[in-house]
Amino acid sequence: MENTVEIRHVTHAYRTPHGPLPVLNDLSLAIPTGAFCAVVGPSGCGKSTLTRLIAGLMKPDQGQVFLHGEPVRGPRNTVGMAFQNPVLLEWRSILDNVILPLEIVAPRMPRRDREARARELLALVGLEGFESKRPSELSGGMRQRASLCRAIVHKPEVLILDEPFGALDAFTREDLWQTMHALRREEPFTTLLITHDLRESIFLADEVVVLSGRPATAQYRMQVPGGTGRVLDDLYTPDAAERLNVLRHQIQIAQGRAEVHA
Amino acid sequence: MNIRKIAVPLVAIALFLAFWEALVWINGWPRYKMAAPSDLPQAYWRFRWLFLEMGWQTLWRTVAGLILAVIFGTALGVVMGFSRTMRDALYPLLVGFNAIPKATVVPIIALMFVGQHDFNTVLIAFLISFFPIAVSVSIGLSTLEPEYRDILRSLGASKLTIFWKIALPKTLPEFFGALKVAVTLAFIGTNLMEIVSPHGRGLGALFDSGRTNSDYPLMFAVLIALAFLGIVLYYIVVALERIFAGWADRAPG
Repeated sequence: MENTVEIRHVTHAYRTPHGPLPVLNDLSLAIPTGAFCAVVGPSGCGKSTLTRLIAGLMKPDQGQVFLHGEPVRGPRNTVGMAFQNPVLLEWRSILDNVILPLEIVAPRMPRRDREARARELLALVGLEGFESKRPSELSGGMRQRASLCRAIVHKPEVLILDEPFGALDAFTREDLWQTMHALRREEPFTTLLITHDLRESIFLADEVVVLSGRPATAQYRMQVPGGTGRVLDDLYTPDAAERLNVLRHQIQIAQGRAEVHA
Repeated sequence: MNIRKIAVPLVAIALFLAFWEALVWINGWPRYKMAAPSDLPQAYWRFRWLFLEMGWQTLWRTVAGLILAVIFGTALGVVMGFSRTMRDALYPLLVGFNAIPKATVVPIIALMFVGQHDFNTVLIAFLISFFPIAVSVSIGLSTLEPEYRDILRSLGASKLTIFWKIALPKTLPEFFGALKVAVTLAFIGTNLMEIVSPHGRGLGALFDSGRTNSDYPLMFAVLIALAFLGIVLYYIVVALERIFAGWADRAPG
């Protein structure tokens, strides 16, 4: 299978007044086309750096990032991003917020087609009827849904999610997980999700990668079956409990709190 | 509810005028010492053409100075907002300039450009009012959260596009906040210059001629005319704010 995203032996350090701060150390990662990869790890281990490298907003000190086999040299419009903060533009309606990337990526696309595309996505995430509302009139969960629509409106090949559900309450978060599966069934994109939530990672991802503490490298990988057919009940099975346990242990190792068992 | 909204302020104004009138009447102050509200209509009528002409002078000079301040202040704010070096270089200069009481700059400008009433008045209105605009625009731009930039930058959008689509509209509420301060400042600047300039024009000059004649009814009539103009200018800015940055005004609850 072809890999849409490939990270090969990436090492990166930030320059600080106190000398270089290494964040990534010989990190390699591949996401097959159409797959969903979740990256978990201790706080401050360089997860967000990873998203910026893939988006082409930064260049690594060493190693290379490939999208579709081509080295990433800068930002490209085949990437979509969503963050923990939905960063919707308050002066635009929800519909116009979702349209925003199309104004950059497809400036010649007729307004009517843009709107149709945005409406289709908004309906898919359950925001039908809220198109003309301002972001401030929506709840946090609804804003995050709109933010997801904006991230995929231009049909990106790669969707980068940097803890997009992190600030939501537990019930809203679970709703959005299901929305995420629904979107994946309809839209073709390859996803990298950064998260702190292990349940989220095994519910959404096909592969979970645990990063070690800073400087981060891929410490552990876990394949999760089920694809987009997973339901919330799957999280309450002995299999899920076993997976969570394994991941939790790996995080403790990454934090330096547990011994590595043979 | 609506009647109450109009009636309460009207009653308050009426009470204030009555108190003022009573104060003058009880103390028996003559007109060369203090004016009563009942003297004002007469003053307005006597100098009605002067009021119209001078009021127009003051108004257009203030607005011209303000427009210059908006253009220059915004440009300066953009430069300072996007370049750390420029911010570090210009901030101390600006703060120092702003710290000078403008009443001391007025005589200097008046002397430098003596006789050029329009020019020196517009200049002082501009000088006094560009500072808040420059500062607020630069702060608005420099505090833009990186995520806002990243949503467009990750698509390969140019800096200009990011400025036009995100940074500029996001700064509008701060800009209008500053413009409300600037409009009052520009008005003060205009009047200071009109009062200080020999043979000046505008409502400030009219006030000055009232002062030299101890014509209290005229002086108070000018004060109230100035208050009226100031309120009109302020609410024009408020109306513009509603149109261009109304989205920042969240519905209560």
